[in-house]
Amino acid sequence: MDKSLNWREYIITRLIKASGYSAILFVGLIFLFLIKEGVPALGEISLSDLLATRWYPIEDFFGILPLLTGSLIVTIGAALIAIPFGLGSAIFIAEIAPRWLREILKPLVELLGGLPSVVLGFLGILVLSPNLRILLDLPTGLTALAGSLLLGAIAIPTVVSIAEDALDAVPRDYRDGALAVGATRWQTIWRVTLPAAKSGVLTAIMLGIGRALGETMTVMMVTGNAPVMATKWNSIFQPVRTMTATIAAEMGEVANGSSHYHVLFLIGLILFLFSLAINVAASSVVFRQKKRAERILS
Amino acid sequence: MVAILLLLAMLASCAPASTDDPSNSQPAVFIENKGSDTIVNLALAWAERYQTVKPEVILSVTGGGSGTGIAALLNGTVDIANASRQIKPEEIADAQSKGFTPNELVIAKDAIAVIVNPSNPVRELTLQQISDIYSGVYSNWSQVGGPDWPIVRLSRETNSGTHVYFLETVLRLGQKENHTFFSSETLLLPSSEGIINEVRLNPNAIGYDGLGYVPKDLKMIAIAPQAGDAYILPSIESVNNNTYPIARDLYMYTAGQPQGEVAVYLDWILSPEAQQIVAELGFVPVK
Repeated sequence: MDKSLNWREYIITRLIKASGYSAILFVGLIFLFLIKEGVPALGEISLSDLLATRWYPIEDFFGILPLLTGSLIVTIGAALIAIPFGLGSAIFIAEIAPRWLREILKPLVELLGGLPSVVLGFLGILVLSPNLRILLDLPTGLTALAGSLLLGAIAIPTVVSIAEDALDAVPRDYRDGALAVGATRWQTIWRVTLPAAKSGVLTAIMLGIGRALGETMTVMMVTGNAPVMATKWNSIFQPVRTMTATIAAEMGEVANGSSHYHVLFLIGLILFLFSLAINVAASSVVFRQKKRAERILS
Repeated sequence: MVAILLLLAMLASCAPASTDDPSNSQPAVFIENKGSDTIVNLALAWAERYQTVKPEVILSVTGGGSGTGIAALLNGTVDIANASRQIKPEEIADAQSKGFTPNELVIAKDAIAVIVNPSNPVRELTLQQISDIYSGVYSNWSQVGGPDWPIVRLSRETNSGTHVYFLETVLRLGQKENHTFFSSETLLLPSSEGIINEVRLNPNAIGYDGLGYVPKDLKMIAIAPQAGDAYILPSIESVNNNTYPIARDLYMYTAGQPQGEVAVYLDWILSPEAQQIVAELGFVPVK
């Protein structure tokens, strides 16, 4: 009996360990694959051609700057929408809403997160972009702004869900303590609960941004995909072409092993490095914060 | 993708082969059909329909491009080559050195309509004006006789055959040395539906699409090949009498005069039943 229990325990721990390592292994393999398929582009196309401003791959113009700026502007726009609205909803749901409202709101937000992005893209084409065009008097509504609004909407459920969990995990005593020394409700939320849940909230923001950066279908449908340099402040009101949409639109027809194929993988590698950088930045902030907190406590 | 098409054609051929009609017990005939990606869907649709007409004939259809198809015909590996361009003189010379003359058959026509929103008063443009609109020379409708509205240019993605054809025929006016580009502000939409939707909703937009796909509620532009020429609206008649400038013939080539089952198949392609499929897929029937 005792022995079989050990046996089972052994197998279970090994299985858990294996699945843990396999996650690392898969990410590593994907990274290696991207390097293998993407890095040859650096040998085939000079760096000055890659860092040019014209993307027209069927005639060998592989300037990726318009795609980089396109992705950046759409993602920054989405973050500017998702962070305040996402954190606001999370704070409302976790701290302010009465219990019954909370029971309704949380599942609704999570339902929103399950909405297929192609459906949002469809709404974007038929409802959002025509109204944006009329409201803001733009030549066309298929702009970076339409992409940002929809990506913001896609990222909000991620931010709300994780941030709300983090806020919820802050011990009751913290709030009681703050209120007991005379802090207002707002002061408690802003100065005590939110800082205490900082690592979870940061994770929520980073995952939200990651979701927006990697989203493909919606942006391909609503941003117009024009490879223009988005460097001015008003570029948000113009069509842009993102890295993800470029890969999705062009990978299906590209000749295997051609320069174009390698450049598309190089773009994939850049996207991968971007989200890696976001995650590393997030976790380094989280870890530093913990150490300081420990020092104060000790 | 090639493999999938082949499989589809084979699968389609499998099902009806087991009919107990004694006339079908003769050995199957294989016809290899390869070439233009523009034609591949049409050729596949024909192959599928042909299975119900003649189950004993097995057609395999693959894409790869017009050049690939013609090269395969010259090497004797296919019976029919599909091409969206006419065979080149050097390809004919190559064929003659191998002992045959390629036989040309126009199987359908591909015409591109330039479309605008019905509220846009512009009705006619010259090819040169359309080229200048798409290359970015003009960016306001008032420059081509319209109201003071900005021009929003819509195009298919660069991997679409239609994009390349439009680039060569309209933007570059069919000139080899012409290196005009689409303005980088051109919106590249992933589907025909995307273009049609935006043109329908946006009065500033100009787009293009295969003639057969244009819905009735959008306005097609009448086009003149040169300034001073008559403006021609795209239609089955104007495409077939070669007056509409943005149209091309689609071809099937065989090595010499078609023989046996290949000849029967090519005759069927020109039949009303097969030409009906041409119209369904957005091309223009030749008859």
